Amino acid sequence: MTVTTNANVSAATANAAASAAATAEASGPQSLTMAKALNTAMADAMRADPSVLVFGEDVGMLGGVFRITDGLMAEFGEQRCFDTPLAESGIVGMAVGMAINGMRPVIEMQFDAFAYPAFEQIVSHVAKMHNRTKGKLKMPMVIRVPYAGGIGGVEHHCDSSESYYAHTAGLKVYTPATVADGYRMLREAIDSDDPVMFMEPKKLYWSKDQVDLGALRAEHDAGTSTEGRAAVARPGTDATLIAYGPSVPTALAAAAAAAEEGRSLEVIDVRTLVPFDDETVCASVRKTGRAVVIAEAHGFASVSSEIVARVQERAFHFLAAPILRVTGFDVPFPSPKLEHYYLPSVDRILDAVDDLQWED
Amino acid sequence: MTIHADHSAPETAVEDHAADVRTKFGISVEDYMLPARHQIQMVNPDGTLRSHDEQGTEPGHEYPTPSDAELMAAYEQLVVGRRVNDQNSALVRQGRMAVYPSSHGQEACQVAAAMCLKEGDWLFPTYRDAVAVMTRGVDPVEVMTIFRGDWHGGYDPKEHKVGIQCTPLTTQLLHAVGVAHAAKLRGEETVVMAMCGDGATSEGDFHEALNFAAVFHLPVIFFVQNNKYAISVPLSHQSVAPSLAHKAVGYGMAGERVDGNDLVALLAVMDRAVKLAREGSGPLLIEAHTYRMQAHTNADDATRYRPDSEVAEWQAKDPLTRMKSYLTDKGLLDDAANHRIAEHAEAVATQLREGLGEDVPVQPLDLFKYVFSKPTPQLKEQSELLAGELAREESAK
Repeated sequence: MTVTTNANVSAATANAAASAAATAEASGPQSLTMAKALNTAMADAMRADPSVLVFGEDVGMLGGVFRITDGLMAEFGEQRCFDTPLAESGIVGMAVGMAINGMRPVIEMQFDAFAYPAFEQIVSHVAKMHNRTKGKLKMPMVIRVPYAGGIGGVEHHCDSSESYYAHTAGLKVYTPATVADGYRMLREAIDSDDPVMFMEPKKLYWSKDQVDLGALRAEHDAGTSTEGRAAVARPGTDATLIAYGPSVPTALAAAAAAAEEGRSLEVIDVRTLVPFDDETVCASVRKTGRAVVIAEAHGFASVSSEIVARVQERAFHFLAAPILRVTGFDVPFPSPKLEHYYLPSVDRILDAVDDLQWED
Repeated sequence: MTIHADHSAPETAVEDHAADVRTKFGISVEDYMLPARHQIQMVNPDGTLRSHDEQGTEPGHEYPTPSDAELMAAYEQLVVGRRVNDQNSALVRQGRMAVYPSSHGQEACQVAAAMCLKEGDWLFPTYRDAVAVMTRGVDPVEVMTIFRGDWHGGYDPKEHKVGIQCTPLTTQLLHAVGVAHAAKLRGEETVVMAMCGDGATSEGDFHEALNFAAVFHLPVIFFVQNNKYAISVPLSHQSVAPSLAHKAVGYGMAGERVDGNDLVALLAVMDRAVKLAREGSGPLLIEAHTYRMQAHTNADDATRYRPDSEVAEWQAKDPLTRMKSYLTDKGLLDDAANHRIAEHAEAVATQLREGLGEDVPVQPLDLFKYVFSKPTPQLKEQSELLAGELAREESAK
């Protein structure tokens, strides 16, 4: 069916459509990719609220270069899911105006480095409008950014740009690492009255998991929130690996390898970089006394350096060793044949864990 | 000659736009899109009405003279606008405001941009467009808050449908496009006025905004006040296009040039542009030729980059004296009317002096209140930190 944006489409009709679509699917756990989870989150949000719009480059007929918007134009029509001219500042700037005038735009930047032309709109307007107008104008928009490496992409397709946004006051920054979080965090981002930079680890788009969509929908409808709540991705007792987005599976693999050697590592998935969950992260470090922060982005002046600073400010007396980091080197993102030297790997993480001053 | 896009138009565009224009004006789309050969001017600098021949009208570029009532209402706003500009500059000199980018000399553009709109329409101004914002009905003291330095914006943009005065050049044109797009999707008849200056046309967002508005066929009027300088850099260093209005045709929209110090011509051109946009013409680009009589701001020294003779030349084209002569000759403006209008202007100036003279105490903890809809734990922590500092300062007194 086609849901138009006319004001006469009542919320009741939209909700009925959402329920109908939901019940049409098999209930119970099913194998789902993160791509499909993100896609389903947008479709559910569009069914529930006629003011949710999806636009960007190639997101219409093609369904996005990663197919994350697949089928949205067919279901919701060209007015609610459409292609724009190829201009990122234009996409974000137009979304600002739409947000001013009652819409909830969910826009796609095709790749991390292609979002840079929109930097001025994001930093000077998206981030500041609420503060500038003392809350008179809200910016309920989601800027989806496929980011980071690990897919053998050529230059400008693999940047970890999250630190630019996390550094900017007024932006929330989410980055899911699991299929279920893909759904729940994107729904929450679309519901948010504040702008969310939604950083999608593109190497995890095709990762699969058993997910119960019905349960996730019920969780959403009950108002469950993941914002500012880090997850314990794997419990452990000897040291804490703090990771987010694309680095979470690598950290989990390192923890599994360490377990074989008799070392119990706890893995924390930060989930939302802004707002940051000091409580969960510091509780884990206080318990284990040792920590390694893992991130693909360059280490210098980054989210990973912020995490180290925050944890040592709050848990210094619980630390048995300096907090170490395993990050991308401070070089431009390498070409495909070199990227595995740059990216945090299981071996580099285990080496860092070994360096946490165990013998005393 | 008729031009067609050699690619299919998006579904949202009006496909028979060409036929529509031919019916409406009896001219080709290209003639419609290109500005008239000369800027539209109706009243001479000495206040005399130009004859029909002198107005240089061409098919599709003929404009009826606005009604007496509209002219009188606009003139009143013109006088108020001039008084506001001069009052604000004085307040800066007295140290009551940090800065004021004056639109002295450009008041006709300011008044026309606001007066051609209806209540449900939107206006997106720049930092120099305070008079347009006030003409739209926003409280003068609230407008000036940004320049007094207590917050970045002082008025509720939704109350009068006026965007916050925008400092980064042309970024607000895209916001105008978004507002128009949202309105169109809901089937509302909203026209959006998007203002910028001549220097701003060099910015990338100018291009992106015009192109988006044209592709999505949105009712946006792009209104360029060509005041000849971007701080110190003259227009010749920004563009070698035949005129800024000529840029319209490249986007598939109509452009027009108008004498920006001739309020009669401005109202005529702007009124028609708004009417066309509301009727579904898509966006339009209007370039108004005017002059920034004063420096960029009080921090600037205009004598370093432009000769006094040039300023004197434009002084003779002043929009206010021209309109006054015209309306007096027309018998519309008598002593009583002059007196009433002057009193109105003085009342607004008094309101500004009193409102901006008050030393409103700033609220330091507001710093944290509006970053997000709900402060994050980190912002709460920082707010408590500052509150503690303030309490210690207070108890030390």
